[in-house]
Amino acid sequence: MPSLDKKQFLSAQVDLSKFNDASFEKATDEEKKQQDVMGESTTFFKDGMRRLRKNPFAMGSIVVLALIILIILVAPHICPYSYSQMISVNGCRDKSSANLAPFQYSEMEQDYIEKTGKSLFPHIFGTDSLGRDYFIRVIYGTRVSLSVGIVAALMVLIIGLIYGSIAGYFGGTLDLIMMRIVDIIYSLPDMLIIILLSVVLQETLTPVLKGTVFSKLGANMISMFIVFGLLYWVGMARLIRGQILSIKNNEYVLAARCIGTKSSRILRKHIIPNCLSVIIITTALQVPSAIFTESYLSFLGLGVADPLTSLGSLANEARGALQSYPYRLVIPAVVICLIVLALNLLGDGLRDAFDSKLN
Amino acid sequence: MGKYVSYILKRVILAILSIIIVSAITFFVMELIPGGPFNKEKATSAEAQKVLEQRYNLDKPVLQQYAIYMSNIVKGDWGVSLKTGREIWPDITSKFYVSAKLGLMAAVLAIIFGIILGSIAALTRNRWPDRTIVFLTTLGTAMPSFVLATLLLLVFCMKLGMFPVWSANNPNYTLPIIALCVYPTAYITRLTKTSMLDALNQDFIRTAKAKGVTQNKLIFVHALRNALIPVVTYVGPMIAYILTGSMVVENIFTIGGLGTAFVQSITNRDYTTIMAITIFLAILMVIANMLTDIAYKLIDPRINFE
Repeated sequence: MPSLDKKQFLSAQVDLSKFNDASFEKATDEEKKQQDVMGESTTFFKDGMRRLRKNPFAMGSIVVLALIILIILVAPHICPYSYSQMISVNGCRDKSSANLAPFQYSEMEQDYIEKTGKSLFPHIFGTDSLGRDYFIRVIYGTRVSLSVGIVAALMVLIIGLIYGSIAGYFGGTLDLIMMRIVDIIYSLPDMLIIILLSVVLQETLTPVLKGTVFSKLGANMISMFIVFGLLYWVGMARLIRGQILSIKNNEYVLAARCIGTKSSRILRKHIIPNCLSVIIITTALQVPSAIFTESYLSFLGLGVADPLTSLGSLANEARGALQSYPYRLVIPAVVICLIVLALNLLGDGLRDAFDSKLN
Repeated sequence: MGKYVSYILKRVILAILSIIIVSAITFFVMELIPGGPFNKEKATSAEAQKVLEQRYNLDKPVLQQYAIYMSNIVKGDWGVSLKTGREIWPDITSKFYVSAKLGLMAAVLAIIFGIILGSIAALTRNRWPDRTIVFLTTLGTAMPSFVLATLLLLVFCMKLGMFPVWSANNPNYTLPIIALCVYPTAYITRLTKTSMLDALNQDFIRTAKAKGVTQNKLIFVHALRNALIPVVTYVGPMIAYILTGSMVVENIFTIGGLGTAFVQSITNRDYTTIMAITIFLAILMVIANMLTDIAYKLIDPRINFE
């Protein structure tokens, strides 16, 4: 094969006059095969998941969250006690069962075990001052806190998505007016309004809700959802509007428009997939913030109604007997921290994996 | 210069609007509570009821009542507590003094430590100081302030006895300040780290390095000054966080500040006090946010005003 002389020094063009037919050989089938792409073609989602799997913190968080969810789903079926009732032995209320230490049995229970020889399910975390099994209360508290976080995040997502995409897609005067409204809501102190509404709605909603499914959750939770629905979506709406605006002005959207692509296809193929990662990540990070808010309100005594409980209410109740039973504070505190930490790390991991721009 | 003035004007108008909206929400939401202040179990005669309602303007339309309430607030008359019957305003000012002292110390500490830790993390990227700091800040942002406060109280006050339980004669702010400033410190650390890394990758840093600027001058003059701009934007939200956070922290350490007063008025259903403190705190937060926004635009000439 002749050396690849170039027409000019520093030029990429090869002087073809020096070649003849013999210089060119057809590739054999075997050689052609080597050029085939062996790996499967990867999608945006698969690529992101591959990067997520390499992140030990994110994977650890998924394991922790899965474990917590498994426990709160399974434990109430195994543990024979109820979160709202005093422990009873043989259908008889056990008055000696208050304030038991972890794995301790009350006198009545010890009698029962000795007489019948049957074993009773242990009180893994002991009992509270009203003689209720603390383990099952922590389980239900976690259920409430997690569901509040998830429901609130979904509400924020839906409202923010609709509002933000309308403002971003239509633009113009409508966008201007909608964003001024967002500016004003954004500048309101949200925590204060939540507290205020909780106080007021507790008075006004309690009689209204009586007898409905909502009365179990309590007026406070409803008012918290109302406030989330009224105030918290603005951050999400801003974000989605910004995303849509910046994607709308990208060259590939312009190129798609130039070749005559329909708006619906641009929306489906270009705008939504590009927003999706940011939306998912922000929603994931919204869950811990809602859990924070809920536990904070519960701590102020504005949380779920008794006998239902949440992790914040449990921590609040534990303050009364902090000296004697410190573990009653430590257990819900650790669970809150674990959940929030895992969700934060997972959110960060998702962001690193799916959105390199945000990093 | 014109655009600065018009921006500031716009921001002030937005702040005033927010204050009016918050106070209106507070006022009208309070109206929703069933029963008036004079509908007690003890029956008052119809005439006496009427006189009382006239005396407190309760016979007027709600909108007019709101206008009267707001004009009274501007004059410094924040009403009377339903529980104690005392004037609310002197109570707010004296209690806010305690809260402000606590909050200010927490804010200053958070800013100082946040910037220092964030810079260290950025400069030792992926080595052990950075990793330790990242670990600590992740923990710090995962812990609600009330959990931290109660744990601090439990460990250092009750178990170890290193700090006395708070009393007005013997005030020790150490633990409450730690409980309040951990979250903002962690947040500022993260913020400083990312913006410092960002600044260190800029072209002007490379140019300065090429021109032979010393390492110290490079970091402290060229990089840090630019890295601090995002930190300024966090000051407003931080003040809001500290003000709401101090409600639980003061309560846990039994400090007689505005936060404790607010929580007490919630438990007592002392509506006039709840209303007054909400409006007072809202005004503080809105003003803090406004000043933050204005300061941000003033220090960074690159920001456009649209």
